[in-house]
Amino acid sequence: MSAQTLTPSGAPAGSGAPARAPRLSALRPGVVLSALVLLTALAWALLPGVFTAQSPTASVGASLQAPSAEFWFGTDATGRDVFARVVHGASHSITAAVVAVAVGLVVGTTLGVIAGSVGGFVEEALMRLVDMLLAIPGLLLSLSVVILLGFGTTNAAIAVGITSIATFARLSRSRVISVRRSEYVEAAFGSGGTLPAILWRHILPNSAAPVIALAALQLGSAILQISTLGFLGYGAPPPTPEWGLLIAEGRDYVATAWWLTLLPGLVVAAVVLATNRLSSAIGQGESA
Amino acid sequence: MAYVRRRIGGALLVLVLAFIAAYILLAALPGDAVLARYGNPDLGLTAAQLAEIRAAYGADRPQLVQFFETAGSFLRGDLGYSIQSGAAVSALLAEALPSTLTLAALGLVSAVALAVAIAITATHPGLRGHRAARALRNLLRGLPPLMVSLPVFWIGIVLIQVFSFQLGLVPVLNAGPIESLILPVATLAIPIAAPLAQVLIRSIDEVLAQPFVSVARARGATNTWLLSRTVARNAVLPALTMAGLLFGELVGGAVVTEAVFGRMGVGQLTAQAVAARDTPVLLAVVVISTVVFVLINLVVDLLYPVLDARLRRSDAAAPTRRAAVAVR
Repeated sequence: MSAQTLTPSGAPAGSGAPARAPRLSALRPGVVLSALVLLTALAWALLPGVFTAQSPTASVGASLQAPSAEFWFGTDATGRDVFARVVHGASHSITAAVVAVAVGLVVGTTLGVIAGSVGGFVEEALMRLVDMLLAIPGLLLSLSVVILLGFGTTNAAIAVGITSIATFARLSRSRVISVRRSEYVEAAFGSGGTLPAILWRHILPNSAAPVIALAALQLGSAILQISTLGFLGYGAPPPTPEWGLLIAEGRDYVATAWWLTLLPGLVVAAVVLATNRLSSAIGQGESA
Repeated sequence: MAYVRRRIGGALLVLVLAFIAAYILLAALPGDAVLARYGNPDLGLTAAQLAEIRAAYGADRPQLVQFFETAGSFLRGDLGYSIQSGAAVSALLAEALPSTLTLAALGLVSAVALAVAIAITATHPGLRGHRAARALRNLLRGLPPLMVSLPVFWIGIVLIQVFSFQLGLVPVLNAGPIESLILPVATLAIPIAAPLAQVLIRSIDEVLAQPFVSVARARGATNTWLLSRTVARNAVLPALTMAGLLFGELVGGAVVTEAVFGRMGVGQLTAQAVAARDTPVLLAVVVISTVVFVLINLVVDLLYPVLDARLRRSDAAAPTRRAAVAVR
């Protein structure tokens, strides 16, 4: 018995599956499916008119109809087409998520790169700032920013972005520090390169990959956090078809109209799952 | 000892910085809390009356003086007064805390139980042989990434939909104290269990691939013995670093869960404070949760070398390595 069990565990079982196909990870069905889901959501955001002829804010039929061939996701209490609202909502939710990630990426990476390349007192001060951002629980930090900036999709996006600054700063700093120590960077310094030139030519391109993987991961979590703020009522005002707000509006009809909350929620979950899956594929591709 | 002192010093510094940031965000920048409450033209107060009220609250003094006064009163346990109702924030929190603590404690316990159950089943070596068993294993391994991707508020609504309205198992109206806790606890537990289960699965996999596990198995150890004696102890350590993160999730989860289920508690208080722009209440909530968060991280940092002997050695080795680099 022991001889039999030794064989599978002797060849480290955990590394068996990933070792088989790290190169092929980009072609795995899960990754392809995720890319398709994300592309669909992006297409919804960019060209909502192609996917639905209905207006997201006008009544188009009887209220509270169950899903049918005409209204895929049914209609809501005022007779609006829920599918049209979800499609048009993609532009609000995904744009907001992109804004949030951009805020975190730009501010966080700038802080991290400055800290990592300048070092000394500046690094110490910047990293304390980052520790401070990490010390306040995420939702509370974004609520504090929302209370200051006021409600609205863009403000919610900025608030969510600020919570991710610290993560980006830490990652980019550690990348810059490790690349900085490498021999080709020392050689570039030795052959008379200035810090900004070397930063641009060597350090940034070689530190970028994990930061991009993190940005992909943050996109999914930004969609979740923005929809949470929308659900709590701090995002876009009511007629806007934002995903979180859409689910919040369907909450009052939970006993009779299951489609109002279930279907938009499944769309959000699918998009977030797809971004997470793609991000881990990017991460694996980098480490392979 | 130097390690302990450095950690405590760092934690204190972060706390002070976080308090300054929260104060700037929630007290200095929004402007005057007094004007926010009494400045409404509908109240018909004249400029002179407003100035009088501001002087009474001390809002007309320089920001720096007000900052140190607020800091001092927070240290004494006086958390200020709500703009919305005028009640003491500490009284509001004391009233809301028991309900939220019950919810959070039960949610955390269920989350840990759920995560451990998922991780142990998904990594069980017995599940590697059979085809159906492998399918179950893959299903369980796919569960945590799925659970992370679900919006918390949506989980709550779907649970109400399924268990209260479709199946009629848990009453929504006139629910007893225990019945009204079931669904909120489940809602809170799912997003917390997910990252924990992911970390547990990864670390159990890593430990199971170690040579000492093969040796123990070759000498006749059973799976249960392995799990309880060697794997669990090694795999729990990475999970411990998640304690701070989980607390953050608990706070966020409590806000959302209480909003979905309409439970009174600190989360609901926070949500209402944001809706009414009641900055003193939010400031108190932010400061208290930051203190707890920093304390949890400090305790984990201090416990880590106690629990893992390997870290003690690397901590002692670090200065010598740095010295070697400096010599070179």
